[in-house]
Amino acid sequence: MTTHTSYPQSADALRASDRTARPGATAGQRKLGGVAGWVDDRTGAGKGVGYLMKKVFPDHWSFMLGEVAMYSMIICLLTGVFLTFWFVPSLGHTVYDGSYAPLKGVGMSEAYASTLNISFDIRGGLLIRQIHHWAALMFVVSLSVHMMRVFFTGAFRKPRELNWVIGSVLALLAAVEGFAGYSLPDDLLSGTGIRAMNGFMQSAPVIGSYLTYAVFGGAFPGEAIIPRLYSAHVLLIPAILIGLFTAHIVLVAVQKHTQFPGPGRTNDNVVGYPVMPVYAAKAGGFFFIVFGILALMGALFQINAIWAYGPYDPSPVTAGSQPDWYMWFTDGALRLLPGWLEFETFGFTWSMNIFPGSLLLLPLVYVLLAIYPFVEAWATGDKREHHLLDRPRNNPTRTAIGAAAIAAYTVLALACTNDIIAIKLHMSINDITIALRILLFVLPPIVFWVTKRICLALQAYDRDTVLHGRESGRLVRTAEGRFFEAHEPLDEYTRWKLVQQEIPQPLELESGVDANGVRSPKGKHAALRSRLSNFYYRDRVDAVTPSELEAAHHDGHGHEAIEPHDAPASVGTSAHATEDDMRS
Amino acid sequence: MNSLAARRRHPAAIALLLLLGLLVTGAVYSALAPQRVQAAAAADAGQDAAQGKKLFQANCATCHGLNATGTEDGPSLVGVGAASVDFQMGTGRMPMAAPGVQAPRSDKIKFSNEQIAQIGAYVATLGPGPSVPDSKYTDGTSGDAGRGGEIFRVNCAMCHNAAGAGGALTRGKYAPTLQGVKGKHIYEAMETGPQSMPVFNDSNLDPQAKADVITYLKSMEREGNPGGYKLGGLGPVPEGLFAWTIGLAVMVGAAVWLGQKGA
Repeated sequence: MTTHTSYPQSADALRASDRTARPGATAGQRKLGGVAGWVDDRTGAGKGVGYLMKKVFPDHWSFMLGEVAMYSMIICLLTGVFLTFWFVPSLGHTVYDGSYAPLKGVGMSEAYASTLNISFDIRGGLLIRQIHHWAALMFVVSLSVHMMRVFFTGAFRKPRELNWVIGSVLALLAAVEGFAGYSLPDDLLSGTGIRAMNGFMQSAPVIGSYLTYAVFGGAFPGEAIIPRLYSAHVLLIPAILIGLFTAHIVLVAVQKHTQFPGPGRTNDNVVGYPVMPVYAAKAGGFFFIVFGILALMGALFQINAIWAYGPYDPSPVTAGSQPDWYMWFTDGALRLLPGWLEFETFGFTWSMNIFPGSLLLLPLVYVLLAIYPFVEAWATGDKREHHLLDRPRNNPTRTAIGAAAIAAYTVLALACTNDIIAIKLHMSINDITIALRILLFVLPPIVFWVTKRICLALQAYDRDTVLHGRESGRLVRTAEGRFFEAHEPLDEYTRWKLVQQEIPQPLELESGVDANGVRSPKGKHAALRSRLSNFYYRDRVDAVTPSELEAAHHDGHGHEAIEPHDAPASVGTSAHATEDDMRS
Repeated sequence: MNSLAARRRHPAAIALLLLLGLLVTGAVYSALAPQRVQAAAAADAGQDAAQGKKLFQANCATCHGLNATGTEDGPSLVGVGAASVDFQMGTGRMPMAAPGVQAPRSDKIKFSNEQIAQIGAYVATLGPGPSVPDSKYTDGTSGDAGRGGEIFRVNCAMCHNAAGAGGALTRGKYAPTLQGVKGKHIYEAMETGPQSMPVFNDSNLDPQAKADVITYLKSMEREGNPGGYKLGGLGPVPEGLFAWTIGLAVMVGAAVWLGQKGA
């Protein structure tokens, strides 16, 4: 605010009014005042921050799964810094002389000794180590569930395909980061994991041995691997993770958050609360809730008891050697692959009993994930933007594909735990392995079919509810003595959720030649595209149109009427199915 | 005397008489019963073996044969030694409740220590075999835990798990958990190689090495679980399961709770 002071009219005084602002009242101060203004004057951040603070987000619990992942990652970073203060990433030899009695006097690497030191002799070290590990597990769990939410609601559609790809890369990196992390302590279990990874790399056709020498600095996991994994774990991968994650978040802000369909929610708006003050408080509070839950897990539940495994030594192996859960599916694939797939040609060994499961599957799964949005968009032929989410039932084929993929993934993951299942459920490990081999091929198609049918049935149910109203539970007896259950029409807010969806049509097969009979370049893939589109949208339950609703209301009037109506005119129409059922 | 006779119909008389009778019976029993025990304990080895043979023929011969030379259902016990009997019966594995791939350990021990010793004495007469170990090797404190751990990881961990939590073998067989198993039984198992387990005899692992292994296992038990509840102690599988069930449920529960809160 400019203040004018009145002076006696003199020559000097004339100059006084030239100063329209006092030195303090700069642009930033006028707009924001205080510290924010000071910062804005020097960085111009006010506009961006203001934009973010006014950003509106919709409210739904499933939108917070990604937040859980984000907070778990931040907690991993914080606790990880603490661990680096004492962890020694070295395979130098030392003799343990700490407070864990059963390992006293045992020769081991400095990495293992320092991890024991963190666990037993650093104040709070074990708690922080356990929070770090639980946070890592929950990071990958919550990002996986977040991905499922995005997948099943179709949130990956235009314009968010790129963010889905970034998310897929984040998911892969999280798994790699986790592997690098749990390999560091150099206990018997993690050392076995590194030795296994060494073998996996050797199974790569042709380049296997070169790759192994490059990564491990020799034919066996020697002294180079732990320091290298350490650099990757604390520097390289976290840097990429944070970079991609920032891009992920920025894209969410730029593209706006998706929302579930509902009254007043359109493709062009976002219904919810602004960041400031509502989401700042909610998300800030949620960070502490997540931190609290992870701290409780770290305090109450023992994880990765490295002292029980003992130091790594290439000769022993422990029963029950499993990686952390996000690597189960690759280890499981390895356990399911039959040994006779290995063969030799031209002096090369082709380890097809190992390579596909251990080395190929991991990137393959994430590549399939990343390209899915483009496959679906191509099959749908839809180039519009989508900001309203699909209810999973309204895209039965996509939901069924997702469920079948989860089924296949689960079978592979369970295969990795086959020995634990065998010992805990008193079953034969051989039978479990054979059963899982069969299930890997049989279960996904069954799950696909069942899920699709359930989705279609739910859509049909929605349709029925919209047309005939909801069952009121009120039985009405007519003067003739007939009974029927009265249906009540839905209120329009409830109905909107059930009728708003758009069910895509299968794409027609283009002829492949243009009007002049010349082969069009598009024609080559047209048949495939048409088949794929048919696969997606052939089985369909269309949303109720306003005219259908109108017709149903006239036709179904008898439901609400107490008086008997003209029976022959209405019997046999679907509107009276319930009534017919009641009579029979 | 007269006064006592006068009170013979007192309501308390019958109760007093019963109490007296019980006291006398109890006193006589307690005076006699220990003598019987002493008599049994004093019996010489020959009598033990004879008693053991009777017990064997009544309880074990169905599968192992009347002369313990084995049948289709059970192996010959010639030369297995008293240590084998002590292990199999002392851990409740024998007599087996039902046929199966493997005799499971059971907390219901069907015979007394004395009866097990008698059957052991009988089986020892069938042929030379390992005897029940000296307690100085099996008390879990007399060895070097660090060396025991190294021996354990090289020889035992591949089946029994590095933490001794147990592991699966082929076709439903398994290496059982070693947590909560008596040192004596661990020693006997190494010496006799029960079921799928290989034999670690004295030329393979000398008695002191066995004592080291037992000391390692027992010292791990003494350390407990410094990190909290151990979730079965089976490593990443129960940990992953816990993250996906309880961990995820609590996180989602918190999200649902917060999602329901309006502005």
